[in-house]
Amino acid sequence: MSEPILRLERLSKSFGALKVTDGIDLDIQAGETHAIIGPNGAGKTTLIDQISGALRPDAGRISFDGRDVTDMAVPARAHLGLARSFQITQVLPRFTALENVALAVQARSGSSFRFWQPAATQEALNAPSMAALNVVALAPRAHIAAGALSHGEKRRLELAIALAQAPRLLLLDEPMAGAGAEETRGLIETLKGLKRQFTLLLVEHDMQAVFALADRISVLVEGRIIATGSPQAVRANPAVRSAYLGEAA
Amino acid sequence: MPLAVRTVIDAAAHGLRALTFDQRMAGGLFLLLALLPPLSPVLGGGYLLLIGERAMVLGLAAISLELLIGAGGMVSFGHAAFLGIGAYGAGIAASHGLGTLSVALPAALAASALFALATGAIAVRTRGVYFIMITLAFGQMAFFVATSLAPYGGDDGLSWPGRTLVFGTRLLEGRTTFFYVTLLLTVAAYVLVSRLIGSRFGRVLRGLTDSETRMQAIGFAPYPFRLTAYVIAGTLCGLAGFLIGNHAEFVSPAYMHWTRSGELIVMVLLGGTGTVYGPIIGALAFVLLEEILSRLTEHWKAILGPLLVLVVLFARGGLAGGIEAWRRRKLTPAQLLASLERRARETTAGAGHRAAQIAATSGRLARETATRVGAVWRAWRVVLHHWLGALVLSAKRGAAGARPWATALGRRLESLVQSAERGIAAAVDRWRRR
Repeated sequence: MSEPILRLERLSKSFGALKVTDGIDLDIQAGETHAIIGPNGAGKTTLIDQISGALRPDAGRISFDGRDVTDMAVPARAHLGLARSFQITQVLPRFTALENVALAVQARSGSSFRFWQPAATQEALNAPSMAALNVVALAPRAHIAAGALSHGEKRRLELAIALAQAPRLLLLDEPMAGAGAEETRGLIETLKGLKRQFTLLLVEHDMQAVFALADRISVLVEGRIIATGSPQAVRANPAVRSAYLGEAA
Repeated sequence: MPLAVRTVIDAAAHGLRALTFDQRMAGGLFLLLALLPPLSPVLGGGYLLLIGERAMVLGLAAISLELLIGAGGMVSFGHAAFLGIGAYGAGIAASHGLGTLSVALPAALAASALFALATGAIAVRTRGVYFIMITLAFGQMAFFVATSLAPYGGDDGLSWPGRTLVFGTRLLEGRTTFFYVTLLLTVAAYVLVSRLIGSRFGRVLRGLTDSETRMQAIGFAPYPFRLTAYVIAGTLCGLAGFLIGNHAEFVSPAYMHWTRSGELIVMVLLGGTGTVYGPIIGALAFVLLEEILSRLTEHWKAILGPLLVLVVLFARGGLAGGIEAWRRRKLTPAQLLASLERRARETTAGAGHRAAQIAATSGRLARETATRVGAVWRAWRVVLHHWLGALVLSAKRGAAGARPWATALGRRLESLVQSAERGIAAAVDRWRRR
């Protein structure tokens, strides 16, 4: 197997006496779509936060693309090509949808210490941003303030922002959370279109989405990965069934 | 109408349409100000020009503060320090016989920029109320340093030998000339800050105010952007200080007092943050109110205070916010009044209660002032101590090894605050015994 794009080694994180991440080892291969599932409180978001850099692990090592990024801050990891969406949407409410995406383009193209030329009319920023909005079918809403978008639209905007970063790995923290059935179907279709172009690491509750999208699934229970494998293998795994799928299956 | 005239009018109308609302409002204000010198003989003479100059200089300072508050989300409570540093920089140069544009102006700007860089490097690491407290502390530090500048007048301030020489000429001594120079620099500051807010840099700065989490996730580290904004705003306010020093041919520590910083914040909020013309309106309104009310009564601050409270209560977004709302809805004056009345009624529950409280308090105020001063002083001491402790602690915690400068700075601050406290305590005591 080739060098993985992301490698977690003995990753651990505790909040007080609670071990939220308990010695996790995980490899994500370039090009795959990997889903992390697990019951509430299993430590999924904490894991994503450590990968993106928002939280520092207590112990262990995170390598991204062969580089040790364990002590690297969020912006630096973003520059290496790590993009993420948030469980609770984080968009810039007073900026239009287009401007939200344009800032992501700006972050990776040229200096931001430019003080005179208006940013609003720079085609170098707007054209790629419009393209990203097109991918998530948000182009008609490009000039609406992000704060005025519907919940589902904000979800898609987050996706467009992440795409505009030209990411090497895309972390999606419950992209379907709070979306209606119709919107969920739309998002699954969008992500299906993206999964061959990008490496996706997906945390999701929606089993329909997970089994429709993932190449591999890891099951996280109480800070530990109890199984990793293809959707079929995970579905058949007795430990998984009892710990997690039991209630849903 | 001759064709040439019509062409000019058409071009002007076209140009006007191409401007944003902010630019049109600012343009209107600047035009009004530009008309003051020719109109001044009819409208009260030179005194009017002095008020106009003061309003413009404070407007320039308020614009620079708007860059921090409106775009950067950083409420600086020590911004007046830069007014003083600019004025001292040029004034000290002048007192050594170097009051020429080529020395005094760079001295004013460089001193402000350096102070902004040094204090901003620490202050910008904090957010919210901690930022307010730390800028307040740095501002007061500058104030206390100025009072101890014995060779340059200390408490009494420094009288300039004269206005800054421009290429060896006394150009700035001319009243109308100085007025227009001030206007020109205020327009320049307006243009600069407007461009800056719309630029790539400005976008990042505003984005950080909207959601720091999102901005970090797409690759922007907040610190360098906020520090740069702080230095730009400080330097710009230093320019205002250079002007106000020239305006008065005098500088004193009072220019840097925290109450002056508070007034600058009031101007920005009164005018309306989020716009660039707002701070100019705010400064004009503030100076005018000050002038008019201080003529009516000696206790004019007792009127100004509640008036500002009302503006903050009823006109979110300040005067500019009110103008904006009016423009959006295209209300007739009658409808505007009705809507104001409705808003007043809607907020009556809260505001009425508060008004009653204010009335009751002011009734008791005379009797209770002494205890109140004491209480405020105690609260201030607690807050400052708490903050100093937090600062020293966070500096220690943030350092991999020990950072002696942080501890030393903390100690210096602490002793400064303590001496200030002793001063206040003594003053309060004397006042009580009287």
